[in-house]
Amino acid sequence: MGLIRFLALRLGKGILVLFAIAVLNFLLVRAAPGDPAQVMAGEAGAADAVFLEQLRERFGLDRPLPEQLWVYIKGYSTLDLGFSYRQQRPVAEVIFERLPATLLLTGAAFGLSLVLGVVLGALAARRVGRASDSAITVAALIFYATPLFWIALMSQVVFSLKLGWLPNVGYETIGANLTGAARALDIGRHLVLPAVTLGLFFTALYARMMRASMLEVAGADFVKTAHAKGLSPAVVTRRHMARNAILPVVTLAGVQAGQLVGGAVLTETVFAWPGIGRLMYEALVQRDYSVLLGVFFISSAMVILFNLVTDLLYRVVDPRIEGGA
Amino acid sequence: MSGLARFARNRGALIGLVLLVLLIAVALLGPSLYPTSPWRLVGRPFMAPFAMDRFPLGTDTLGRDIAAGLVHGARVSLLIGLVSTLVSLMIGVPVGALAGYLGGVADDLLMRFTEFFQTIPSFALAIVIVAILQPSLTSIVIAIAIVSWPPVARLVRGEVMSLRSREYVLAAVTVGQSTPRIILTQVLPNTVAPIVVMGSLMVASAILLESSLSFLGLGDPNLMTWGYMVGAGRTRLLDAWWISFLPGLAIFLTVLALNLVGEGLNDALNPRLARGRD
Repeated sequence: MGLIRFLALRLGKGILVLFAIAVLNFLLVRAAPGDPAQVMAGEAGAADAVFLEQLRERFGLDRPLPEQLWVYIKGYSTLDLGFSYRQQRPVAEVIFERLPATLLLTGAAFGLSLVLGVVLGALAARRVGRASDSAITVAALIFYATPLFWIALMSQVVFSLKLGWLPNVGYETIGANLTGAARALDIGRHLVLPAVTLGLFFTALYARMMRASMLEVAGADFVKTAHAKGLSPAVVTRRHMARNAILPVVTLAGVQAGQLVGGAVLTETVFAWPGIGRLMYEALVQRDYSVLLGVFFISSAMVILFNLVTDLLYRVVDPRIEGGA
Repeated sequence: MSGLARFARNRGALIGLVLLVLLIAVALLGPSLYPTSPWRLVGRPFMAPFAMDRFPLGTDTLGRDIAAGLVHGARVSLLIGLVSTLVSLMIGVPVGALAGYLGGVADDLLMRFTEFFQTIPSFALAIVIVAILQPSLTSIVIAIAIVSWPPVARLVRGEVMSLRSREYVLAAVTVGQSTPRIILTQVLPNTVAPIVVMGSLMVASAILLESSLSFLGLGDPNLMTWGYMVGAGRTRLLDAWWISFLPGLAIFLTVLALNLVGEGLNDALNPRLARGRD
C-alpha cells in the first residue's frame, strides 16, 4: 500500500511539473523575436506572405492566445510535440528514435558516479588525514572544477586519438554489422569515454559529500556501540556507518539529476553520441525550435524519472522511510 | 579565532585567493596588454606555444593570438560570472526571505515554484532561453540567473525560518515595525555570511555555465570567450590540441580558484556548518 500510494503521489507531481513545462515552452516560443509562423517559416526555408498565412491558419495562430495554449497543451499531453520542418517529421518521432542512446549514457554515468563516489568517499573518510584521503580529496576538488566539455575533448585526445585505446566518436562501429554479445561489447567500448567524462563531475561531488557525511556519522553513539560490541572496523564501516552516511548522498543525487541530463548535451556533442543531447545541439545549429523545445520537455521528463529512481533507492537504503513524497 | 585568521590558515583558500587576484589583474590590465581586438588575424595559423616570441601561447586555427584571446576572455568570464550571480541573488533572496518569513500558504507556493525550477534540467533550460532570445550578453546573464537562483532561495528560506522566532525579531514585531522593514533590517543582515559563501561558489558555476554555452556556439557573437575558443579548436584536436587545451585550462583554474576561496570563506564565516552543500 505504502509503495503504491507513494508512486501515485510522485507520478501526480511529475505530471504537474510536465504540464508547467509545456506552458513554459508555449510562452518561450512566443518570446522569440517574430511570431511563431515566421519562426516556422524560417525553419521551413520559405517566407512569402501566402505561406505565412497558411501556417497561421493551420496551427491556429490567428485564434486567441488561451485557445492556442489549450491546443498546445492538448498536443503535448498526447506526446504530439509538434512538427519539425527541417527533418520533415514529427518531433516526437525524431526524439524517441534518439532517446535510448541518451538513457544508456546518462544511466551509465549516474550509476558509475554514484557507486564510485560513495566508495571513494567512504574510503577517504576511513583513512582521514592519510595520503590516500588527501589524494581522493584533491582529485575530487579538481574534477569538481573541470569543464565537462573540456575534459571530454582532452580524454578524446589522449585515450582515443593518441593512445588509440578506445573509439573516438559514435555509438557503434559503422558497417561492422555485429550482433548479440559482440555488438553489446562494441557499444560498451564506445560508451566508456562519454559515460566516464560525464560522470566525473558527479563522482567528485558525491565523493566529497560521502566523505563529509561519513565523518559526521563517525562520532554517533550507535557507531561507538558497534565498536564496543567488538565488531570489526570493516563491518562497522559498511553496515553501520555507510548505510546512514549514504542518505544525504542519495538526496543530492536526486537533486543533481537535472544537471546530469543537461550535461549530456555537451558529452553527446563532443563524442557524436546519437542521443537527444546531440539532437538538441543539431536543433540549435539549424534553429529548429520545435525540436529544441521537444528535447527540453523530454529531458525534463527524464529528470523526473531519475528523481523517482533515487526516491526508490532511498527507500531501499533506509527502510524507515514510508511516504515522504 | 577570528574569521580572517581562519581563512589565512587555510592553505587551499590562500592559493585560490592568489590565483583569483592574478586573474582579476589580468582582466583589468587586459586592454592595455592587448589593445587590439582578439578577433584579428595576426599571424600564421596553428603556431605552437613558445615557438615564436610574438605569440607566447601560439595562434589558433585562423591565426588569432591565443594569449590575447585568453586575456580578453578573462574579462568576459569574470563579468558574466559576477553579474549573473548578482541577478540570481536578486531573485533568490526575496523569494527565500518571503517564503521563510511568511510561512504557511505563501511558503508552500513559493517553494513549489522553486522546486519546479530545480527539477528542470538547468543547462537545457539555459540553452533554450539563450537560443530563443538570441545570444547576447543580456540573454546569457538572464539564462544563468534563471537557472541558478533556486538554491539561494532555499538557503535564505532556511536561515530566515530559524531567525524568525528569535527574541530581537519578536521585539521588532511587538514595537510595531512593518513586515518589510523587519525582513530588511532585522532578519536579512544576519543571513549575509552564508549568502556570501554561496555567492562565491555561484560565480564559479556561472562561469562554467557560460563557457559551456559559448562552447556550443551560444556565446555573445561580439565577445571572445574561453568556451568559444575551446569549441573553435575542436576540429583540429589531433594536430593542434593546445588551441582547445589552453582556454579550458583557464576556465579550470578560474573555477578552482573560486571554489577554493568559497570553501575558505565557508570555513571562516560559518564554522558550525557542514562542508557538504547542494
